[in-house]
Amino acid sequence: MTVKTLSRTAILALGTAILAPTAHAEGDLYIYSWGEYTPPDLVDKFEAEFDVDIHIDTYDSMETMVAKLRAGAGGYDIIVPGDGTMQILIAEDMVEKINVFAMPNFAHVDERWREVYWDPKREYSAPWAWGSTAFVVDTDVVQGEYDTLAVLFDPADAVKGKINMLRDLNDVINMALRYLDLPRCNDNPEDMKKVLALLQTQKEWVKSFDSETKEPLVSGEAAVSMSWNGYAMRARDEKPSLTYVYPKEGFTGWMDNLAVPKGAQNIENAKAFINFVMAPENAAMITNYARYSNGIKGSDAFVDPDLAAAPEMTPPADVPAPEFIPVCSPESIELYDRIWTKLMN
Amino acid sequence: MKAPPDTGLAALLLSPALLIIAVFMVVPIGITTLYSFLEPARFGGVIWEYSPEAYIRLLFERDIFDDTLSFSTDYLRIFLRSLMQAGVATLLCLIIGIPTAWFIATRPDRQKTLWLMLVTVPYWVNLLVRTIAMLLILRDEGPVNETLQLIGLTAGPLPLSYNNFAVGLGLVYSFLPFMILPLYAAIERFDFSLLEAAYDLHANRWKAFVGVVLPILRPGVVAGSLLVFIPGIGAFLAPDILGGGKTMMIGNLIGQQFQGSRNWPFGAALSTVLLSLTLIALFWSARRAAKSGAQVL
Repeated sequence: MTVKTLSRTAILALGTAILAPTAHAEGDLYIYSWGEYTPPDLVDKFEAEFDVDIHIDTYDSMETMVAKLRAGAGGYDIIVPGDGTMQILIAEDMVEKINVFAMPNFAHVDERWREVYWDPKREYSAPWAWGSTAFVVDTDVVQGEYDTLAVLFDPADAVKGKINMLRDLNDVINMALRYLDLPRCNDNPEDMKKVLALLQTQKEWVKSFDSETKEPLVSGEAAVSMSWNGYAMRARDEKPSLTYVYPKEGFTGWMDNLAVPKGAQNIENAKAFINFVMAPENAAMITNYARYSNGIKGSDAFVDPDLAAAPEMTPPADVPAPEFIPVCSPESIELYDRIWTKLMN
Repeated sequence: MKAPPDTGLAALLLSPALLIIAVFMVVPIGITTLYSFLEPARFGGVIWEYSPEAYIRLLFERDIFDDTLSFSTDYLRIFLRSLMQAGVATLLCLIIGIPTAWFIATRPDRQKTLWLMLVTVPYWVNLLVRTIAMLLILRDEGPVNETLQLIGLTAGPLPLSYNNFAVGLGLVYSFLPFMILPLYAAIERFDFSLLEAAYDLHANRWKAFVGVVLPILRPGVVAGSLLVFIPGIGAFLAPDILGGGKTMMIGNLIGQQFQGSRNWPFGAALSTVLLSLTLIALFWSARRAAKSGAQVL
């Protein structure tokens, strides 16, 4: 997600907030999430069923959200942290223990998302949506086999100068580590030197490091771009020759979760919302709106058939499983920062 | 100067301004400076223990295993690049700004307002929007390159975007009015009969420019240069968007410390150093101006 798209949605969200009818409900629920991420029909349904007014604020990055919570600027009842951030929030005692595993609708949660590294017992968080970070190729430009990271790191002539990488040091370095077959969360300086050499060579052929990935692909500025699966689908809608690639070397998976920050005022409403979202017909609304998979069994029946069949949503059987990467050690974060600074010099 | 008014009343009238400066300037700068001397917490934020590490890191690379220090120019180069980009942008703004301001200041009064408005109107639009718009104009598939190829001047697209050229152009465009307006203010006050007097005394055009016009322009030049140079150093949108995020300026480096790298003290230290450099530059130019008898700002 990018600052650009998000500020646009923030304005839209503000507009809707101002125009929204001001009927008074019994309770309130304050949600702090990404923009274009909370389905309006889901909000309406919950408001009607529970007589609760939902208020949504949006953030432009995980760091913004964590910084705001840390500064004590609370007032939020629901936050939507990614897997690594969730691990941090639990370690730093910044979220309420709400025993999600004991909620009635937890039975619908896919087994795959029950014992997760960031919340092994699901005491603090429920699944919201998950996806992957890999890359998109324009099949009009890229010839031959493209299910490999070599498309990015050893590009054909037609692709040189037309590569966009995400402006995210972790995503880029993880991709390079996979290509070199080196361990993730790497704190070995020798390994990281190889990563730097690879990225510096590649930089000659990189057009931009930009997290807005759809526009360059659609306009033809980029022939290959790192991307998230859901965003790749939106790009394909506008340009059918774009294909989301699951590289054989592997790719990163991520999950956004619902959690309740410490000091929330409306904990009961927040719990009700979390339980509500774990019902298959409600979780499906997330997928239909945000175009990312949810973690709820049986929700497929309520998902738009086109969406359910999309390759971005359901990877072919022969691709590797997404790799979920925990927060790395301070040593490797430090090394990554140095590598990135050198790369950007 | 008139006699100062009643000091009690003056203090009362000044208090809102002082309060705003205290709350929105002194306190944040104080917090930034304080944080720069603390230890980073693992997931962002700080641990309340004194540590000069952030400043050491600016110049030295600490081996993560045996703790030995070795000199590193990585961050210095980013500082130098920022100073260079801002310096070049200031120079270009001067070159474009002086004739423009002169032109506007020498129009009849009614036209002046119109010209000044034309200078400022684009700046009613948010900087982010304008920067993205510039990228759309400059890039390979943009109107400039398309037109050049259409009329056959170039065979392929010129590399106008995603490089240092684009960043420089972005800086000039972003800050040009900050140069034109102070220059205009200086020229506007200019008494053109002085120029006639110079010619009457047999000065040629060059002598008249150096001896009469330049001293009057100087405060405008100094003010305009500071207003372009200082925000130019800290600019981060232009390198991110027009430069395609391929080379960092200080603003980007600071941003990275508060985001992906989660090293708040280092980010705070970078901000503190940047601020100190700016203050030194300000004091230096103020002293020079004081010596030459002109006023800054």
